[in-house]
Amino acid sequence: MSRLSRAGRALLVPLITVVIAFIVAGLVMLITGSNPLKIYAAIFNGTGLNWLFPWVTGQERTIAALDLQQTLVATAPLILTGLSVAFAFRAGLFNIGSQGQYTVGSVLAVWVATSLPHMNPVLHIILAIVLAALAGGAWAAIAGWLKAVAGTHEVISTIMLNWIAIWVATYLFQEDGPLQDPHALGNPVSKTIPSKVHLPVIWGNPNLQGLHIGIFIALGAAMTFWAIMNRSTLGYEVRAVGHNPDAARGAGINVARNYVVTMAICGVFAGLAAAVDVLGWQFLVSTNDVLGSQVGFLGIAVALLGRNTALGTVAAALLFGALETGTAADNINANVINPELAPQLTLIIEGLVVLLVSTDLIAIRILGLPKKLGWGRPEAGADLAEQLEPDDPSLDAAEALRPEPGR
Amino acid sequence: MTTTTIIRSNPAVTTKRVGIVAVVLAAIAWILPLPPILARTAVPSIVIGLIAATLGAAVLRDPKHRRLGGVAVGLGLIAIPLALAMTNQTSANVRTVFTWSALIASGLTFTTPLIFAALGGIISERSGVVNVGLEGMMLMGCFFGILGADVCNSWVLGMLIGMASGGLLGLVHAYFSLHLRANQVVSGIALNLLATGITGYFFVAHYGDNGSPGTLPEVPNVSLPGIKNITFIGDAIGNNTNLLTWVGLLLVPVVWWFLFRTRAGLRLRAIGEQPLAASTVGLKVISTRYAAVIVSGMLAALGGVYLADGFDGSFNFDMTDGRGFIALAAVIFGKWNPFGALAATLLFGFSSALAYSLQTFSTTLGTLFQALPYVLTLVAVAGLMGRSRPPAASGIPYVKE
Repeated sequence: MSRLSRAGRALLVPLITVVIAFIVAGLVMLITGSNPLKIYAAIFNGTGLNWLFPWVTGQERTIAALDLQQTLVATAPLILTGLSVAFAFRAGLFNIGSQGQYTVGSVLAVWVATSLPHMNPVLHIILAIVLAALAGGAWAAIAGWLKAVAGTHEVISTIMLNWIAIWVATYLFQEDGPLQDPHALGNPVSKTIPSKVHLPVIWGNPNLQGLHIGIFIALGAAMTFWAIMNRSTLGYEVRAVGHNPDAARGAGINVARNYVVTMAICGVFAGLAAAVDVLGWQFLVSTNDVLGSQVGFLGIAVALLGRNTALGTVAAALLFGALETGTAADNINANVINPELAPQLTLIIEGLVVLLVSTDLIAIRILGLPKKLGWGRPEAGADLAEQLEPDDPSLDAAEALRPEPGR
Repeated sequence: MTTTTIIRSNPAVTTKRVGIVAVVLAAIAWILPLPPILARTAVPSIVIGLIAATLGAAVLRDPKHRRLGGVAVGLGLIAIPLALAMTNQTSANVRTVFTWSALIASGLTFTTPLIFAALGGIISERSGVVNVGLEGMMLMGCFFGILGADVCNSWVLGMLIGMASGGLLGLVHAYFSLHLRANQVVSGIALNLLATGITGYFFVAHYGDNGSPGTLPEVPNVSLPGIKNITFIGDAIGNNTNLLTWVGLLLVPVVWWFLFRTRAGLRLRAIGEQPLAASTVGLKVISTRYAAVIVSGMLAALGGVYLADGFDGSFNFDMTDGRGFIALAAVIFGKWNPFGALAATLLFGFSSALAYSLQTFSTTLGTLFQALPYVLTLVAVAGLMGRSRPPAASGIPYVKE
């Protein structure tokens, strides 16, 4: 198969997958008596992506701009948690702990940003971001370290670390908790971050959740991910361990150290996601945020849809960010669908997308159809098994649940 | 270090024995400030805890017994703040928190949903299919158990409908894993999202803002006539234990017996270890795996039915709250053995019960105590569990040659 048709397939298969997911979800809406086309149009307008159409003008354009800013604001942390999960998958590890790493990062971000009142704003922002990222990294490194020294399965340790982080953070911000705002009077929230420590807004009104520079931090992180993975010795080692830890050990790679470093990098991505959210638009952390946030868990789905590549993760995060924003109660047209129902629909669509991502066979069969009908390119209908590319990085996901077979 | 010298100089004192003594000492340090002994000074616990930790640290140097040493150090050190906290409270307060019979009763309620899901996970993985979708299957059981009980006005039918919904999700997982050769982890994660969406969608569509009705036919509690009135045991398990708790506990030996003592169980395990070899001798790999995954979904859903219709009496968005993942952890922790998983879920259930009851001491610190089950599980997993080995073919799509 030529390189080009491979690349084409790599793009086509996820696209077809997403389209099928939307069709199936549309059927669900039909069954429950709604008009899927109207609902999809409402969701699309809710995402603000209609801003890209030049014929959208006036008031509609203003609203679309606001919605699109929100979509991009929601996309940034999803890119980062997606990268956090994807990086682990590439190393053959399953990082369910992105949510906990995110939580630890948000505690550090809000704590640093609400302390040190006399610091230079630029340095203050950088310090808050760096410490949040390092905290996330340190938290994740625990799981890597436990795997390295005690062989603890990272699925168990990251799940436990998630909940430990969540309850400790809840404790910190709850009423009479050590980090609760003393002026909040029974309201379980942290202090509010002063505006000089907010991430600068580059598009829209800073008072209306305009687009802040977090999206560039996320894109920068994606490029770093790509560079580490494909252009560094570390990335080579990570991938080698992911493919076969025993062979990697035999080749002289320090597998134990690799686990710790890999997890730490995953945690840094998740900590960055938290910093971007807290300094970008939340400006405080409440116990509800801690207990209700799903950004880290959605990162798993984002990474899987993005096939654990940097570019794929960015695209998948945009899709998920748009879906979340498009179905948010404030954005969706209440005449078309009950605003409470819309987020549930999002979950169904996301679930279907990931479900269809789990197998290439459906999309491949559709790609193979032209041949069967007698009018396709010859290679499109080649043997199915041959087309399941053996070096598909997403295959590592199943490997990740399997511990290495002894030392 | 003096302790190290003692260990080295006396041949009768093996590292292992020292380690065991250290763990026992640590346990004593834990028990002293609790009822029925209820020591009112922390000094003995601190001294014994420190000795245990020191011995443990010495044992840590021997790479062969590192785990034992680690457990002793951990337990010994945790005993110190524990003893300080306990002796800081009034003895009445300590008695309220450590009413052992009540702790057992409450621990079992936390254990029940987990054990069903963990058994489901074991059956599925033993047949060679990784099931990360336990969480979603539980959640299906929660909602459709409530819906069924409400619509049919019968908890039995509710339970069956709930189980069927989980089985259906299992069927989807099986179809994707077996026929479409899906990546099973990805498919499982997808089913979790899907189940959250489906249950949320129908919950909003059917019940709206009112939530599920307050009075539903619930899975009953059973009282055992023979032991109901015995002190302690009666309070712990004689009276208000839910029917499903008993079913769950009973299923543990049943599943073990099925897996390790019956022909069908042997075949199931063979298919999970060596599908090609199993298929060569005429075993039906695909249909066995289908059955295992569907049963797995039904069991997980039964845990959900208990959670919603046995314990809470209502449904709420995403009410499983990560329990499916805890069950997944219990499967691994229990080394794919029902009794091992039971031990893991009991550890988790009882420390959850303890965490809730510790809120008597302080509501502020109470939130922090909620992390206790997770800390203990993490310590136990890291300290006690060696490298685990899953069924050899688990997670690998089966392609017929």
